[in-house]
Amino acid sequence: MEELPAAEADEHDSVGAVIATRALTKRYRGGQLAVDGLDLTVPEGSVFGFLGPNGSGKTTTIRMLMGLIDPTSGTARVLGQPMPRAARAVLPQVGALIEGPALYGFLSGRDNLLRYDAADPTADPRTRRTRVAAALDRVGLTAAAGKKARAYSLGMKQRLGLAAALLQPRRLLVLDEPTNGLDPQGMREIRSLIRELAAEGTTVFLSSHLLDEIEQVCTHAAVMAQGRLITQGAVAELAAGTRGRLVVTTPDTGDAARVLKEQGAGDVVITDDRVTAEPPERDLADVNAALVRAGVRVRGFGVERASLEDAFVALTGEGFDVAG
Amino acid sequence: MSQAEVVRRTGATEGARKTSPLWTFGLLRSELLTTFRRWRTLALLAVLAAVPILVGIAVKIETSDGAGGPGGGGGGPAFISQITNNGLFLVFTALAATLPFFLPMAIGVIAGDAIAGEANAGTLRYLLVAPAGRSRLLLTKYATTMAFCLVATLVVAVSALTVGALLFPLGDLTTISGTRISFAEGLLRALLIALVVAASLIGVAALGLFVSTLTNSGIAAMATTVGLLITVQILDQIPQLHAIQPYFFSHYWLSFADLMRDPVYWDELVKNLGIQALYAGAFGSAAWARFMAKDITA
Ligand SMILES: Nc1ncnc2c1ncn2[C@@H]1O[C@H](COP(=O)(O)OP(=O)(O)OP(=O)(O)O)[C@@H](O)[C@H]1O
Ligand SMILES: [Mg+2]
Repeated sequence: MEELPAAEADEHDSVGAVIATRALTKRYRGGQLAVDGLDLTVPEGSVFGFLGPNGSGKTTTIRMLMGLIDPTSGTARVLGQPMPRAARAVLPQVGALIEGPALYGFLSGRDNLLRYDAADPTADPRTRRTRVAAALDRVGLTAAAGKKARAYSLGMKQRLGLAAALLQPRRLLVLDEPTNGLDPQGMREIRSLIRELAAEGTTVFLSSHLLDEIEQVCTHAAVMAQGRLITQGAVAELAAGTRGRLVVTTPDTGDAARVLKEQGAGDVVITDDRVTAEPPERDLADVNAALVRAGVRVRGFGVERASLEDAFVALTGEGFDVAG
Repeated sequence: MSQAEVVRRTGATEGARKTSPLWTFGLLRSELLTTFRRWRTLALLAVLAAVPILVGIAVKIETSDGAGGPGGGGGGPAFISQITNNGLFLVFTALAATLPFFLPMAIGVIAGDAIAGEANAGTLRYLLVAPAGRSRLLLTKYATTMAFCLVATLVVAVSALTVGALLFPLGDLTTISGTRISFAEGLLRALLIALVVAASLIGVAALGLFVSTLTNSGIAAMATTVGLLITVQILDQIPQLHAIQPYFFSHYWLSFADLMRDPVYWDELVKNLGIQALYAGAFGSAAWARFMAKDITA
């Protein structure tokens, strides 16, 4: 991994941040406040999950980071340089998939990539064909490369969009919902591709509303809701911030609930043959013994690890729904 | 070694890459290829090529009927009556017939779609994060539109020359001023006229490009540009608007006929080119200002 030059690192407090925003705000012309005072820090080498329900401002943030729209206020730095001012220097090192792929339907998949590569000022025309072939190979599209993009399926288009982001070695990959439209096999392939790229040292910034997708591949995550950042940090810490729940599986749910309350467990909930609760402070072995002593027939007993979804619900106090 | 490994080896560790010096031409080449490989572009050119064929055949049928001189009098200058004597006049007639509407309409489609069409398809955002650069992309688009102006005009001229040679005799010709010039000089003047006609379209091209930066719908931009074209053409016919007509981009279009005078009468030709430069400057700057500040949300 490379060191940021000292002069660049000095300019913002988060050393080694590949993306750093300060009070980044976007109000669309219609008056919609899409992103509100965002302070985002993406560490170098991370696989960063950018989470949020539909309409929470993920794509708007990504568009500002890529210099496509101007922020209403606040600043954004990508690879240590201000955006959109340094777009010419920054963007060749960034591969992006923004709000789905966009292709020239009347060109073949290969010609689409040749065109996008020609638009990159740092792309060497002499290696263009080789690099395009390699990118197609990497996303498994070699066989369909000669087909008109109009005739591609949604998943094939998504793959071609990814290939365009991989035309050059990149320091940062920005992927806005990259598994959209992919079959389970395709999703797995993308996840392993992301891990592979991360292992090579590429920082991956991945937006998604699929919580388990983020949990599976990301080292870090940030959660957005209604344009505001709710939390960010390492995935392990985010999930650890929420305690797991004690789960007892038993046919005697009423008795079990009573005993758990006696043992100091809070928020006891009965669903079918499961009783779940906030685990009490005491040793859980004693809780289990108490259940057995009371004649509760225990089929299963354990603590379920908190998922990112639990963490999200705990943070927002609400579900993962679209805000109006 | 797999091809993926090749990519990884070619400089995964080097920082900012150098801009390759020939890049601008690469972008222009890609733009030209993309434009001229579209079916729509080819269809427009086919329509333009068909006009001289239809005019040529119509004149041929009319004269073989023994009706003598043609009636009506096509587009402006009375070139059409000379076609039966000399096929080269079909070039002038065809250009005069397509310049008021067919040619600028084709340019309006290409120019109007230039930015708005890419925005519509979403490809604009990927060109900009490539990063093509907004000024450079706009310049490339304008250069491509101008290239289309030239190609479209030449398609009309070449088609007319071919049809003219096939259906009518060729030879020395009489200028509007009544003097005789050789066929070779006539050809040279035809080429010059084609170039002037192509240059006459620069203003429409700039106007179309500006409209194209205003919207994210390619169809809307094309329709607006063609609508403006028709409006201006109509206004140019209304006598009460005499005072402002010299500023219409189409006002001096038919001045290209002056190249067939002997000596050439330059006054209106120069005025025409001046107007085109004015439109290119004004709407080019407006397009640039608009495109630089535009939020790319499509
Ligand atoms: N061009 C636009 N003009 C006005 N408002 C917009 C525009 N684009 C987005 N918005 C609004 O900004 C907010 C954030 O939208 P954004 O596209 O950033 O959400 P998102 O997090 O990417 O959602 P999704 O998960 O559905 O992709 C939404 O309320 C949306 O209605
Ligand atoms: Mg989005």
